[in-house]
Amino acid sequence: MNGWMHHLIVAPILLPIVVSALMLAFDERRRTLKRALSLGATAALIIIAGLLLWQADGRLDTGIARPRAYLVGDWPAPFGIVLVADRLSALMLLLTSVLGFTALFYSLARWDRSGPRFHALFLLLFAGLNGAFLTGDIFNLFVFFEVLLAASYGLILHGAGAERTKASLHYITINIVTSLLFLIGVAMIYAVTGTLNMADLASRVPAVPAADLMLLEAGAAILGIAFLVKSGTWPLSFWLPRTYAAAAPPVAAVFAIMTKVGIYIVLRLSSLLFGATSGSAADFTDQWLIWSGFATMLFGILGILATRTLSRVAGHYVLVSSGTLLAAIGIGGAALTAALIFYLVSSTLAVGALYLIIEPVERNADEDDMIAGIAEPVFDDEYTGAVEEEDNEIGIVIPGTIAVLGGGFIFCTLLLAGLPPLSGFIAKFALIDALFRADAIGPTAWILIGLVILSGLATMIALTRAGIDLIWTPAEDSPARLSVIEVVPIGILLSVCLALMIWSGPLFRYMKATADVLSDPAVYIDAVRTAPRSGGSPG
Amino acid sequence: MEAVLALGIGVLTASGLWLLFRPRTFQVVLGLSLLSYAVNLFILAAGRLRSDAPPIVGKGAVDPALYADPIPQALILTAIVISFATTALLLVVLLAARGLTGTDHVDGEDDER
Repeated sequence: MNGWMHHLIVAPILLPIVVSALMLAFDERRRTLKRALSLGATAALIIIAGLLLWQADGRLDTGIARPRAYLVGDWPAPFGIVLVADRLSALMLLLTSVLGFTALFYSLARWDRSGPRFHALFLLLFAGLNGAFLTGDIFNLFVFFEVLLAASYGLILHGAGAERTKASLHYITINIVTSLLFLIGVAMIYAVTGTLNMADLASRVPAVPAADLMLLEAGAAILGIAFLVKSGTWPLSFWLPRTYAAAAPPVAAVFAIMTKVGIYIVLRLSSLLFGATSGSAADFTDQWLIWSGFATMLFGILGILATRTLSRVAGHYVLVSSGTLLAAIGIGGAALTAALIFYLVSSTLAVGALYLIIEPVERNADEDDMIAGIAEPVFDDEYTGAVEEEDNEIGIVIPGTIAVLGGGFIFCTLLLAGLPPLSGFIAKFALIDALFRADAIGPTAWILIGLVILSGLATMIALTRAGIDLIWTPAEDSPARLSVIEVVPIGILLSVCLALMIWSGPLFRYMKATADVLSDPAVYIDAVRTAPRSGGSPG
Repeated sequence: MEAVLALGIGVLTASGLWLLFRPRTFQVVLGLSLLSYAVNLFILAAGRLRSDAPPIVGKGAVDPALYADPIPQALILTAIVISFATTALLLVVLLAARGLTGTDHVDGEDDER
């Protein structure tokens, strides 16, 4: 392993911190420079994440795919801080950086001007997210969570206004309480096992004496509540739709990945600590995850059907996708894990695209409609006699903006509802297929299948209804202008989803390999234990 | 000593939770501070209580039983800094909400009762 490739793993954390620190040196008038810096940094993050992904998949240098552990400060594994990049975390890094780049690009249209220090906060959010995906011990997970939360507090307030301030007051309070629960969980796990390193924990959990098992499980459960709040599990999710609807669109789009941090950690820890190999502690999380996942999905579906504003529909869709992922994690199995990772990628990108497209779509709508949440009736039942204006049917000019918006919106709807042929359909199909392929298809699997199909139907209904209201009802005034800066990022996100569809074969092979490593914690433990020290023995 | 610490944690947590469920923002902030004290003490308790034992182990073969566990103290140090910073930030948001809504009710609207 050559030098810089070995150290590449710290770049996703260091680069955003350094660049955002650099921005403090310039005041707000040097906006062009700041924009160039932050766009450059996020573009570089995409490349770095891509390289890490190739490295984790064994395509670079050695050709052996195994998790890469990096000893920060060159301390040996269980004592020092470890960063670990395996297939799952590399994939999450790539997903974060793609979504971040597009949201940042979109914000250049006007959103980054509505408040100070937008770019610096945005980059700090990435430092926290990337750190949470890469870290190998639970206390640093807490620290990176706080980094990303502190940045998100700033971002959610971005643009100010009474509604945003009220929503963020709740958001910040809930997250501080969650962080305290996180600390209690960490302390209890440390008290039982005497370690904070995830790999070390995984190897010690099977040996925990029966008397202490209760304490360990209580600690893990308290820790789990912290992650479930973050991922928006019912009944810990009431803050989410309101907060996300109050945030500025590009901010809401990146927040789509923040719920997935919770999901990622649940997936990582439940496979490492409570997988098949962890003795008496095995499978203790499963039933909880399955049923809270179902409740979340149901709540999300009802929410999608009940709301008339698009931003709330998107917020509830985030809940549905979290619920689907949690239930799928609970049911488990390598094939299902592969499918759920694909679903995670696809749904995150789709929700991100939806958040970006909401604002331009709603820009045309009547202000009163928006506030009251009442729209014109879609079909007018009154019979008005014979249609007289036959000659008007030919040559109706569809304004360019409406064509672009409508096209993007339809694409988004198909993607979110999971209709063929887009990646949303492939993800849901893979989920259902994996459930059917399991040895014995139980009642929980049937419920999940039912809810997955129902959630697609609900999304379809809600988005079609909103789309007809907002796009196809003729507006009196001419449609608002749509800048290229806004179209390009939506286009990028949707074409990434298109690419997910086209290359779903090789992608599924990657997801399958990811799931195989997750189901075998020994690989992860071994990678951390034998991490090469650069100062001492040659790597 | 364990009993005193446990009692202290319990009292702090109870007071913190009680304040947290108040509808006024200032009480919520104070409740959060009390809760974070309770959590920090809890972390200290997680590393086994020992009085008058140094947390740093000297060179050579030493008996670890003579020393206090240094990790919880390091964790608390980090947790204090973080919770202090986030509480300060919440205080700023509280002031902004107070200015924008004209009330210190957490929902920004005072119910007339």
